[in-house]
Amino acid sequence: MRKLLVGLKRVVDYNVRIRLKPDGSGVATDGLKMSINPFDEIALEEALRLKEQGHAEEIVVVSIGSEDCQQQLRTGLAMGADRALLVRTEQALEPLVVARILLAIVEREQPELVLLGKQAIDQDHAQTGQMLAALWDRPQATFASKLEIQGSAARVTREIDAGLEILDIDLPAVVTTDLRLNEPRYVKLPEILKAKQKPLDVLDLSSLGIDSGQRFKVLKTEPPAQRSPGIRVENAAMLVQELKRRGVI
Amino acid sequence: MARVLLVAEHDGHKVNPNLGSCIACAREFEPEGIDAAVFATAGESLADQAAAFANLDRVLLVENPANEGAVAAVIAPQVVELAAGYTHLLGPSGTFGRDLMPRVAALLGVGQLSDIMAVEGPYQFRRPIYAGNAIVTVLAPSDSILVGTVRTASYPTSPSAGGHASVEHARLNATLPQHTRYVERSAGSEDRPDLQTATRVVAGGRGLGSEAHFELINALADTLGAAVGASRAAVDAGFVANELQVGQTGKIIAPELYVAVGISGAIQHLTGIKDAGTIVAINRDADAPIFESADIGMVADLFEVVPELIELLKSA
Repeated sequence: MRKLLVGLKRVVDYNVRIRLKPDGSGVATDGLKMSINPFDEIALEEALRLKEQGHAEEIVVVSIGSEDCQQQLRTGLAMGADRALLVRTEQALEPLVVARILLAIVEREQPELVLLGKQAIDQDHAQTGQMLAALWDRPQATFASKLEIQGSAARVTREIDAGLEILDIDLPAVVTTDLRLNEPRYVKLPEILKAKQKPLDVLDLSSLGIDSGQRFKVLKTEPPAQRSPGIRVENAAMLVQELKRRGVI
Repeated sequence: MARVLLVAEHDGHKVNPNLGSCIACAREFEPEGIDAAVFATAGESLADQAAAFANLDRVLLVENPANEGAVAAVIAPQVVELAAGYTHLLGPSGTFGRDLMPRVAALLGVGQLSDIMAVEGPYQFRRPIYAGNAIVTVLAPSDSILVGTVRTASYPTSPSAGGHASVEHARLNATLPQHTRYVERSAGSEDRPDLQTATRVVAGGRGLGSEAHFELINALADTLGAAVGASRAAVDAGFVANELQVGQTGKIIAPELYVAVGISGAIQHLTGIKDAGTIVAINRDADAPIFESADIGMVADLFEVVPELIELLKSA
């Protein structure tokens, strides 16, 4: 393969506990630690390994969002990507719009494989990869836990509710990554310095001529219902007694 | 008036009971009719099973050898062809629906609503974001077909008996892609109840320490007639297979009894069990976050207390 395209979304870091704005208008993200969406990091790691195994020549990372996304793209470059592209916008985008933007990038870059996280840990939609594959009229292999390139096709093991599933897909294709595909590498300081020299192009969303309007309207954002506080028991006998009292055994 | 088409999930032999959850969700916005589509290689028996679910009007059976393995790229254009005349297309939010429905939506040129957990109107729904740390109320556009997935743990499955939907064979003209080929599926153990639908679940976490020690969880589950689950940490450590993972990126479940053993209770795990009836937590660490969500907590060494518990339950 000549080229791999990897999507990197900037999200609130996995370990940060989010707070909601008191007026119900959304999540307060100002000042929080931001990171690459963990599933996207796995996608990039997989791309790096494919390149290291001689399956690919170039890895392009793409992010869509504000100027701040350059931080995540630089991290991607430090991990080993060759080139970065930011599609700049301040708008909140729905997955279908993101898929349309990625399609425009795919048409420009002509990658043989697009690797994306199976979902972003902020909005939890889990849609973009499938939508891109549909618009592109190419195969999708979602929730991948193993990926083997076999000439102009790939064999993908997917984590599904019933266990594991194997699909053969012709390339080019979209693969979305699950947790157990790999463990992303740590970035070392010399690579961070080297990444500053790698090309990072910025493109305004408006230049792509894509209708980016929101069709779904978020009316309010609320905390989840809390469970009422529970009780403590001292030993196994008390636990069995309590379960019986509640009629659950 | 709303007309709903549900995509039924099945494994080639059995229709998944989550069809009942999707029906229950659809009924909340009082549609004029609810139909279900079954895509199979040979599906007479599957269609009859689907037709037995209460509150369905019609079952549309689409038979085609290409439907083996229910590959999303193959099923999606067929769903699109059936979509004419419907206002809503819904599927279950497990891996089947999450793979398929966004592809369907994009082919139709519309967005998709994931993980519907509550209905406030035909176009107004609630769904979780940030691993369930926030719930958003979303107004979907009413001038186009609504494609969505139903968070099945939020809806009790309606009984798969007493229904008498008509079964109709649908013949479709959609051109199906050849670029994606189903190879095989390996399922886990079938001697225990299914994790997704079990009324009792015993789950183990990192605290078990090894695959061998996870046998304690299996033994407790068997004593209770429960399904076995696991935290992400236990799956990542290789104690058990991936399909047992409960949480944001695993299965979202709603058993009547959930026993968490040696699970610290990361928010991503709690997201998967918040609809459980009674949550029991056994953990050595009194400060483990799991205790904040537990109805009954016990601070104890699991290696002492679980064998005791098994003995007590056997003699009870």
